Amino acid sequence: MKPAPFAYHRPASMTEAFDLMERYGPGGRLLAGGQSLVPALNMRLATPAAVIDINRLPGLDGIRVTPEGLVIGALCRHAAVERSPLVARHAPLVAQAMPHIGHLAIRARGTVGGSIALADPAAELPACLVALDATVRAARRGGTRDIAAAAFFLGIYTTALGPGEIVTEVVIPRPREGWRSHFGELARRAGDYALVGLAINSRVEGDVLLEPRLVFTGVGPTPARAAGAEGALAGRRPDPPAIAGAGRALDADLDPPADVHASAALRRQLARVLLARGLRGLMES
Amino acid sequence: MDVSVELALTVNGVPVRRRVEPRQSLADFLRYELELTGSHVGCEHGACGACTVRVDGTPVRGCLMLAVQADGSRVETIEGIAASGELADLQRAFAEENALQCGFCTPGMLLTAQEILRRNPRAGDVEIREGLSGNYCRCTGYHAIVQAVLRAGGVREKGQP
Ligand SMILES: Cc1cc2nc3c(=O)[nH]c(=O)nc-3n(C[C@H](O)[C@H](O)[C@H](O)COP(=O)(O)OP(=O)(O)OC[C@H]3O[C@@H](n4cnc5c(N)ncnc54)[C@H](O)[C@@H]3O)c2cc1C
Ligand code: FES
Ligand code: FES
Repeated sequence: MKPAPFAYHRPASMTEAFDLMERYGPGGRLLAGGQSLVPALNMRLATPAAVIDINRLPGLDGIRVTPEGLVIGALCRHAAVERSPLVARHAPLVAQAMPHIGHLAIRARGTVGGSIALADPAAELPACLVALDATVRAARRGGTRDIAAAAFFLGIYTTALGPGEIVTEVVIPRPREGWRSHFGELARRAGDYALVGLAINSRVEGDVLLEPRLVFTGVGPTPARAAGAEGALAGRRPDPPAIAGAGRALDADLDPPADVHASAALRRQLARVLLARGLRGLMES
Repeated sequence: MDVSVELALTVNGVPVRRRVEPRQSLADFLRYELELTGSHVGCEHGACGACTVRVDGTPVRGCLMLAVQADGSRVETIEGIAASGELADLQRAFAEENALQCGFCTPGMLLTAQEILRRNPRAGDVEIREGLSGNYCRCTGYHAIVQAVLRAGGVREKGQP
């Protein structure tokens, strides 16, 4: 199919972007990488009056380290994040997750801000940001605000962004001494959205897990923290009995959907498999 | 309402200037406005890879980029890239390994394979399969295609033509 007609704007400044967002209201859609919006236009799932292409907004495509931590601009392409030595050093969890996002031609265009704003529950980046206690920074006319990742993802394709707000960057706190991370997922085809994914971030002392954070993708409307399994692992070595106990706790933690790709029971089973693999990966890292 | 937009870019090295509707994809622009029909349009939602073209040196989905977004860019299609001889070894390997039948997926496969080998001429089976995972072939199955890319990579490694 082909998109319905729309007007196209390419603002060169934030002010111009805010003007356009105000002018069109809900009829205006921001276009970043287009790897999710353009398919929706093509299928006429979205029929906006105007597309506001933010690709030429200045200053949103850098990756830098500041006292706050690692800052990744909203317009950074997935491919740039994947290759960034700064990301590899300061947010290894994100570096590990990037190759799982789409295929190489999709990573060439898709952006960090787009992934965050889209809030697909199967997406990798949102889960990583929650696991890392990251912050999403958004700008609106006259100011910016910081939203904790855990409070940003509200539901399927639903975020805490208000009308007229643009994600400008994400801030990932500096890695803390003794913390380790691991990302894994299971997909039917490499690069497609995973059936289930898991981001782990945990303090490790000797071979004991302290403050483990387990955030699953694809098992609920938002990145899903598995509090019960976290409790079952905290203060323990991830040996087979501990892993089995945490796996049982997932039953209460997760309420995965059933769809054409997998039943809820299969997703639960895959979540347990990922948990065991992820903990092994974490300890070996 | 006329919402058409002026667009200037180079395609296969040739400067092009046109007015286009913003809703036209880059893939359709190349096919319908410029009659470059080498990149194909299959799924139109990014899943099949048949529409792959290079923009500023990087393979992208032609169906997921609006033509207007290519304003100011350097676009290369299979026609231009093949004519330059850049793909000659891959094309030969595809023929030798029987890696094409109807040819619908082939331009996208070649461009993607070229990118995989550009990054790593020694790419092995796993890396090639992962790299090609975004390209559907409905005819040959993937084994022959992977073999062809391995063969071309091997030849490039040895520095032979
Ligand atoms: C075949 C295929 C497979 C894919 N597989 C995966 C996968 O495995 N994992 C994954 O995470 N993604 C996957 N994607 C999606 C892809 O990664 C997209 O890049 C991403 O979801 C959206 O980013 P984008 O920059 O392309 O956003 P766009 O498509 O441009 O925009 C998406 C939405 O976000 C809004 N938006 C964009 N930028 C901003 C901003 N800065 N502030 C506020 N709102 C904004 C837009 O208005 C729109 O509503 C896949 C896509 C395809 C086509
Ligand atoms: S037509 Fe573009 S990916 Fe299928
Ligand atoms: S050769 Fe026919 S689709 Fe691949």
